[in-house]
Amino acid sequence: MTRTINPDYIRGDLYTQRFEQGKRENTLILNMGPQHPSTHGVLRVVLEMDGEYIVRAEPVLGYLHRMHEKMAEVKSYVGFMPNMGRVDYLHPLAWNWSYAGAVERLAGIEVPRRAEFLRVIATELNRISSHLLWWGAYLLDLGAFTPIMYAFEDREILMDILQRPTGARLTYSYFRLGGVGADMDERCLRQILDFVPYLRKKLPVYKDLVTDNVILRKRLEGVGDMDVDMCRRYGATGPILRGAGLASDTRLNETYSVYNEIDFDIPSFPETDAMARYMVRIREIEESLKIVEQAVAMIPEGEILIKGAPKPNWKAPAGEAYFATEGARGKVGVWVVSDGGKSPYRIKLRAPGFSNLSLFAEASQGTLLADAVAIMGSIDMVIPEIDR
Amino acid sequence: MNALKSFWKNIASLWSLIVGLQVTGKAFCGPQVTVHYPRQTVGPEGLEGFRGHMELVPSVKDPAIPKCISCMMCATSCPSKCLTVVKQKEPKPTEEQLKAMAEAEARGEKVKKLSAPKNPAQFIYDFSLCSFCNTCVENCPVGSIRFTTNVYFATTNKADLQMNLVERLAKQAASGKTVPGEKPKKAAKTETAQSEA
Ligand code: SF4
Ligand code: SF4
Repeated sequence: MTRTINPDYIRGDLYTQRFEQGKRENTLILNMGPQHPSTHGVLRVVLEMDGEYIVRAEPVLGYLHRMHEKMAEVKSYVGFMPNMGRVDYLHPLAWNWSYAGAVERLAGIEVPRRAEFLRVIATELNRISSHLLWWGAYLLDLGAFTPIMYAFEDREILMDILQRPTGARLTYSYFRLGGVGADMDERCLRQILDFVPYLRKKLPVYKDLVTDNVILRKRLEGVGDMDVDMCRRYGATGPILRGAGLASDTRLNETYSVYNEIDFDIPSFPETDAMARYMVRIREIEESLKIVEQAVAMIPEGEILIKGAPKPNWKAPAGEAYFATEGARGKVGVWVVSDGGKSPYRIKLRAPGFSNLSLFAEASQGTLLADAVAIMGSIDMVIPEIDR
Repeated sequence: MNALKSFWKNIASLWSLIVGLQVTGKAFCGPQVTVHYPRQTVGPEGLEGFRGHMELVPSVKDPAIPKCISCMMCATSCPSKCLTVVKQKEPKPTEEQLKAMAEAEARGEKVKKLSAPKNPAQFIYDFSLCSFCNTCVENCPVGSIRFTTNVYFATTNKADLQMNLVERLAKQAASGKTVPGEKPKKAAKTETAQSEA
């Protein structure tokens, strides 16, 4: 029996056809993803392998492109907020904030002080939950199954806390133009205050369980060098930049809201390897706890939404504005252009993950395939955010 | 000297593994934190604030009829376009009424047409499109729409996700399970006044 094979099928898709083999002859081209468990969703990396070593790696994007930027052009200013909860599902409140901040800057809206504190508290709790999930999933990538169970136990408490004001457990749409959607009552604030010492007690356990573990250290130390120079070339921000030794954080360097009134440090580690990025995130959990504790103590009474907050048929004044916040993965920027209509003329979303992923191609050259997984995980990718 | 150093290093490394095992051992003996779903469910305090699908709030007089006045605010402001409100048609006048109208016209008076009841004929909600953003709740002038805390809603049929909320409310009223709504807050009223202005 003769079997006919479609020649197009063998040649692969457009991307595979264009991916040329390098100078060496005896290399193997390998697709990692888009369904590989360690690529966290639908990232595809085309690898040129020499044995177990990576000669070249190229990320292929676009499998989760949902046209958020284009959708903004047909939605009202208020109606675009739910989209911001879905760009980055792990730290949606940073995106909420960037968008709300950009429109508020455009329209000159002052946010009430209580709302600013509520924003800080919610965003920091969300940052902790994002880092906890990264922590569990990263170790899962590296082959340790147990930690994610611990991470989810604590994350569940955080989601219970955030569910009360925001109404959701994952894709929050909590912020409003000119404030927040709901107040945190006494009980909610007390829950938060109870959570802070609880997690503080849990962090040393994490340290014993994972951070000090010799297997983890051997796998992460000296793997995936990303120095400041490389970060600058690709525009990497967030824990990657801080893991390269540069203590740069949008919350303090381009301070917004009430962050300058709160006392906290920016952790940075000069080792530039995957372990440094790991340590930055673990330290950031502690710092976020510090911020939350202070913010709850400082929160004033008052309005949570300005009077006459924008309604769905609200028209923004013509002009443009940019607002950046510090997300769990780096600088989250939203640029809004308005022609004075009911929906934005153009919105540009600056996803930190996109720039951060670009470093992977360079950092993974010449490493073992197993190390590439460790590097990829240490970037903390969220594919929906990269593809938008 | 070097051999001694590496020996101690190995011991320390081994110790780090034992410490890790201690942690897992402790957690193993600790209490269970998860809920065995079909046998156990999360209590109502765990569902507070959770946004399930939408439902209509019954009016004070008749639990089978929603408060809704078919103003379309929710349907027009919904960013996901998942609400469809169908207004009631004007009722057909009976013959006596027609006669009375004709007489009134003959007398040169203004004819009063019969007005349709305000509550909607149909209120279709597409659960599969909803983004749980709260916009409809915030913009409803009479507080007639709200979220349920139904976390257990699951279906294998896509058509089940298109809910007719008016029908649902009537069914609930028939089985005596309606939850009365709160009075709309004062703040909500002033907000609507602004939006209408
Ligand atoms: S919650 Fe949002 S998406 Fe869902 S029906 Fe209401 S306005 Fe529409
Ligand atoms: S639910 Fe509220 S907003 Fe929607 S049509 Fe009825 S009264 Fe208007």
